[in-house]
Amino acid sequence: MKEELQKRVIKGPDGVEFEVEPLRDYYCEAPPTVMPGAYIQIVEDLFNWARAESIWILGFGTGCGAIEMRPLMTPRFDAYRYGVQWRPTPRQANLLMISGYLSTKTLKRAIRSYEQMQSPKYVVGLGSCTINGGMYWDSYNTIKRLDDYLPVDLYIAGCMPRPEALLAGFQDMKKLIRAGKGEGANRYAENFDWYKANQKRVIHDWDMPDYSW
Amino acid sequence: MRELYSQLKQLFPLGELTEQRQDLAFVTVPQEHLRSLLLHLRDREGFTHLVLLTAVDWLEDNIFQLTYLLTNREQQRTLGLRVMLPRDAATMQSIHDIWPTAATYQRELREMFGIAFPDSPRVDEEFILEGWIDIPPYRRDFDTLKYAEENYSQRPGRVTHDPAEHMKQKLYPGGT
Repeated sequence: MKEELQKRVIKGPDGVEFEVEPLRDYYCEAPPTVMPGAYIQIVEDLFNWARAESIWILGFGTGCGAIEMRPLMTPRFDAYRYGVQWRPTPRQANLLMISGYLSTKTLKRAIRSYEQMQSPKYVVGLGSCTINGGMYWDSYNTIKRLDDYLPVDLYIAGCMPRPEALLAGFQDMKKLIRAGKGEGANRYAENFDWYKANQKRVIHDWDMPDYSW
Repeated sequence: MRELYSQLKQLFPLGELTEQRQDLAFVTVPQEHLRSLLLHLRDREGFTHLVLLTAVDWLEDNIFQLTYLLTNREQQRTLGLRVMLPRDAATMQSIHDIWPTAATYQRELREMFGIAFPDSPRVDEEFILEGWIDIPPYRRDFDTLKYAEENYSQRPGRVTHDPAEHMKQKLYPGGT
């Protein structure tokens, strides 16, 4: 375990010494729980309609596909007209886009980011690398199937997909959410042990809490 | 470059000169003479810039080749120094006190090839890989496909076609 995560005694600026145990003090380790829908279906449908119109993406580019998101943020393709926008922090986002190949090192950060996002949250895999490894099929440090590690709602194929394909993907994502199929966060909570086992199989130096938010 | 080579040859036991271009040449140096040669080139001959330090794994000959690429900015010419190391327990003396940038290269080589550079700053810390458990991945006896298949779950249904065969079948089905 890394030094900064170990239990230790710290001297504060006022000279008082106190004990810090980062994993317990800084993180909440309670596993995620399934969020039930609204009390009546028509209300849930209304919520889903509202959710579909506010897709806020975490601006976290994991691979080369991140370059395809830049034209979408600018006037030429302008995804903002569809209610899609990018946010700088996981707390403000509800869609995690895995843009291209995901190395095990980045996977660790992606998991942390995903877990810090607020439900309901969605995952979109971009490009063939997230589907079956793409051109990194024999690479020693990239994962080959994203849905083993995070609950993927939608894949957008291509190497890389053009911004038009991404716009079409956003429309599909909206349809999924509106149909009540954007249940990734609940799937993650239901199969939490399975996801964690998969994640720990590839991340050999697991030095973070099992669930952090 | 020939001129420089003949001058250096009088001072150091050098191997053959390989001239790739007018302004680019390579020469092999015994391991123990590298340091004095680097200092000589830097201080006397104006090769002040270490462009890169990299390694080649000659698995069949059981050696690692280290390449130190130096540039003389004024004369705009580049000289590469090759050092051959035995592959087993490969160790090389660090040159981070000659060029501080070398420490970064040496960290990378330590991690990716497993070449030891004693006394180089932070050389044993993780550089790019995190939690690596196998032999260093740039070594040629590391089977990257086998590692990928063992460690990562693959999605079934992936097929590979030989492009020539595939196009032949597509363009001339049943033909020769």
